[in-house]
Amino acid sequence: MLKFDNVCMRYPEVGDVLRNISFHLKHGEIAFLTGHSGAGKSTLLKLIGIMERCSRGHIFLDGQDLAHAKEKHIPYLRRKVGFIFQDYKLLQDRTVFDNVALPLVIAGFGHVEVSRRVRASLDKVGLSGKEKKYPLALSGGEQQRVGIARAVVNKPPLIIADEPTGNLDPELSAEIMRLFEKFQQVGVTVLIASHDISLISQMNHRVLKLDHGQLVTS
Amino acid sequence: MMKPVPKKYHKRLPKPEIRRNKTAGGNLFDKLHAYRDQHAQALFSSLGRLISSPFTSLMTIVVLAVAISLACGFYLMVINLQQIAGNLETGDQISLFLRDEISDAQANKFSDRIKLNPNVDQVKLISKKEALAEFKTYSGFGSAIDVLESNPLPIVIQVKPKNTLVDKQGFENLLESFKESPEVDIAQIDMQWLEKLESILAVAQLGGTLISVLIGIGVLFIIGNTIRLELHNRRDEVIIAKLVGATNAFIQRPFLYDGFWIGFISGVAAWFIVTGMLLILWQSVEKLSRLYGGSFHMLFLSFSETLTLLLISSLLGILGAWGVLIYQLRHTKPD
Repeated sequence: MLKFDNVCMRYPEVGDVLRNISFHLKHGEIAFLTGHSGAGKSTLLKLIGIMERCSRGHIFLDGQDLAHAKEKHIPYLRRKVGFIFQDYKLLQDRTVFDNVALPLVIAGFGHVEVSRRVRASLDKVGLSGKEKKYPLALSGGEQQRVGIARAVVNKPPLIIADEPTGNLDPELSAEIMRLFEKFQQVGVTVLIASHDISLISQMNHRVLKLDHGQLVTS
Repeated sequence: MMKPVPKKYHKRLPKPEIRRNKTAGGNLFDKLHAYRDQHAQALFSSLGRLISSPFTSLMTIVVLAVAISLACGFYLMVINLQQIAGNLETGDQISLFLRDEISDAQANKFSDRIKLNPNVDQVKLISKKEALAEFKTYSGFGSAIDVLESNPLPIVIQVKPKNTLVDKQGFENLLESFKESPEVDIAQIDMQWLEKLESILAVAQLGGTLISVLIGIGVLFIIGNTIRLELHNRRDEVIIAKLVGATNAFIQRPFLYDGFWIGFISGVAAWFIVTGMLLILWQSVEKLSRLYGGSFHMLFLSFSETLTLLLISSLLGILGAWGVLIYQLRHTKPD
């Protein structure tokens, strides 16, 4: 599903940020990406979102090489990945419905289909009936679930979560994690970047640990 | 707490290959509908945004409207002056100023003789008295003339050549034949000053065109800058849209519509400014026209000229926005 093959990332000003990263996540696998700050977690996630290009190596998503994708293919490749952010990245001036609908509108779905899928997605994350609310009227946990609903509404095969529980208390964090396991059960691959060691040890999933740009456990 | 995820979710995972078509889901008809809906949505939400921040939009639009109305004003000035010149041109004629010692009777005889010339269409004799009366009416020097003991004005015969005599050489020949007549003191073509006027107008037209091009460039950049600020204000939205897989075409669309509306509304405002100014001038111009025999009527922007104005201003809006977007979107990257 997601395969890193000897990936190196070097910034001219900083030097090597990632060195010879190789791992393979299978369909329906859930994994944590962990490591001290500055270990290269964010850089690795940026490579998956093609916000940066790696200096060397290959990154395969469903057999497509992200590292050498053409500029015009990038939007279509990004539609196969659902991104979830620590700061939720919601549009504050749009309703919950509009936020979740954005990927579908971009993909060109008709409004009947959009409406059906948005409701299904909000139902999955337990936010039915909050379609017309604005993000600021919701709690942090609810906003993160809007972000998750948006990430899965287009049914991507891969979900990338960058510190999804960073701003949430342990109870809410556990709830969000259970949500990810639900997606895993239907065949979605999930990669969660987190430094919440206690949460990671509770969950008993594969752990990719980065240390100074190198993968130490996988 | 949560319902189990339905099984069809699994089945509907997107296919592994890159989807190159821009739309997904449903048949072609649905896709076209969705595409049309996207455009309609972008068009009206863009207008809604302009209306929701009326002060900022209004300032830009007023600046643009004034600039565009300047260009329009130049254009109207030139076509109106051309109209005057056009009216005068139909009276291409030769004026014969007769010698002082020629009497009215002799002048009449001479005028009758000219009428027999096959190249001549009309002949008009203006006696000394008539010339004086006309001079008093129009020159404003009436009282000065009264001081003079005798009438200083010569008898004038205005000769209008036949329309068949179009080439310059024929005209010159006719003029030469008049010059040789003993009754004639001075013979001159009234067209000479017309040619001068026309060349002045040609310069004015060229100048007007140059100024309009400059104003067009200015409008392009003002709109571009407005869109750049708007893009800056909505940077988060652009980045989120990029992250969830929006193409540049999708992101550009609402901004292009912003450019269109700003250009279009400025065009409409410019039309009102120009028309308002013409209405202010209209009374005075009509009065002036009556003094010159009423052959001139002021030209307003015609229907097709109005359409052209709106088309150009809308197009400048779209182009200004597009130029900025091409450059800026490449440099707006998710972080």
